[in-house]
Amino acid sequence: MNSIKKFFSTFLLLELWKGLMVTGRYLFKPKITVHYPEEKTPQSPRFRGLHALRRYPNGEERCIACKLCEAVCPAMAITIDSEEREDGTRRTTRYDIDLSKCIFCGFCEESCPVDSIVETRILEYHGEKRGDLIYTKEMLLAVGDRYEDQIAKDREADAPYR
Amino acid sequence: MMESIQQQFEQIFGAEWGGMLFSLATNMTFIFAIVVPLLLGVAYLTFAERKIIAYMQIRVGPNRVTFFGIPWLRGWGQPIADAVKAIMKEIIIPTGANKFLFILAPVLTIMPALAAWAVVPFSPEVVLADINAGLLYILAMTSMGIYGVIIAGWASNSKYAFLGAMRSAAQVVSYELAMGFALVCVLMMSQSLNLGDIVNGQQGGSMLNWYLIPLFPMFLVYLISGVAETNRAPFDVAEGESEIVAGFHVDYSGMAFTVFFLAEYSNMILMATLTAIMFLGGWLPPLDIAPLNMIPGFLWLLFKVAFVLFFFLWFRATFPRYRYDQIMRLGWKIFIPITLVWIVVIGAIMQLPDSIRDMPPLNIWF
Repeated sequence: MNSIKKFFSTFLLLELWKGLMVTGRYLFKPKITVHYPEEKTPQSPRFRGLHALRRYPNGEERCIACKLCEAVCPAMAITIDSEEREDGTRRTTRYDIDLSKCIFCGFCEESCPVDSIVETRILEYHGEKRGDLIYTKEMLLAVGDRYEDQIAKDREADAPYR
Repeated sequence: MMESIQQQFEQIFGAEWGGMLFSLATNMTFIFAIVVPLLLGVAYLTFAERKIIAYMQIRVGPNRVTFFGIPWLRGWGQPIADAVKAIMKEIIIPTGANKFLFILAPVLTIMPALAAWAVVPFSPEVVLADINAGLLYILAMTSMGIYGVIIAGWASNSKYAFLGAMRSAAQVVSYELAMGFALVCVLMMSQSLNLGDIVNGQQGGSMLNWYLIPLFPMFLVYLISGVAETNRAPFDVAEGESEIVAGFHVDYSGMAFTVFFLAEYSNMILMATLTAIMFLGGWLPPLDIAPLNMIPGFLWLLFKVAFVLFFFLWFRATFPRYRYDQIMRLGWKIFIPITLVWIVVIGAIMQLPDSIRDMPPLNIWF
């Protein structure tokens, strides 16, 4: 009896019909695609995107050229040169991040004792020729100046968990 | 109107040449009238495939390329953009390949796929070549297509291409048999090899007269063999990406690849059209009553073809690829016996005395 039942269910392709019905149902389900440039997925305040160098509210740059970020960077994407400024503080003369090497691990941000180097939420940037993705100190400071509000808000939101 | 044009031809070129040139011109016009919509159909079949499979996977599919920025046509420009891209691309001929055969193979694949359309009747009057051996011609032409695949695999001089070609050849040959037997049943029912007569044999007022019902197992066998014959999922071992990269067309690029692509999809449309003609009553409406029989015949055919094609795409979205021995088992151990049994059954019914054959429901079909 069982074998006859099995014979007919194989012969009438019952299981294949079941499979077709599953995909047939999915044909009419609402689609979950996010239409990217028009719609975007929500971002965490901890999002690790393009880097920025921050300043203190009085306009002084935060970076003290301790080179911890350079040391910790697993991709060796950071290059720092430093010297003594006239007022006796140690400052960077060169702070380059090669974004084509960077793996966006966030170690530089974690290692920074003065919260100077941070990773922002920006992910839509690009380079059009070779070298465009090597960000210099001026470019990183400019990013920091431009997005300081957002950066400060994100640090504040994350502060209780640090 | 046709006659006045013919007379003008005869005036210009003389009676003998004029007549010949006129028939040449009309035939060329018919050929263009078939091939151009067919190739457009192929282009939009790829679009439909991408959309339908995407929807079945809860995605949306291509939805960016549009015509003149019209928002509700979003995605409809995709096949055109794909075609332009394919035409612009370089055709790379591998160093070890046999150049002549390498170029010949796509031509040999697309030629029969397009030539088979000559005998397809689109409506009672519209058919390019109304020959009495139409079904035979179709079988011959669809079998020819495999030569292109074998030659492509051989000429590429690559092991993956060759494996794909061998698989494809063995598979098409085995399913050809089941398909041929399924068509023998149609042939016995209609008593004609002419495709137009086969459709006319299904006339009789409603869809009960279609061969779909008395030949339902043959319909399934034909549909599944058609999927196997066109090397479509779930029988696409000839180009199984996960096993042999892309099978026989691994080494093809640009337009040469596109020609294989066109051939595969026009074969799909051909197979769907043949299914519609043999089993679903071709241009006949499902019920011969007022609103339905006002719709022109070729629209009914188009609708039925689209219906069958949807199943092709649905199969691809649903089933995983068969293992090679399973494909062979299905072809040789299941389909061929079923078709043979059904041929005997149909033959036996046809040999019954008239008094029994006139009883319902047999009198509908025999």
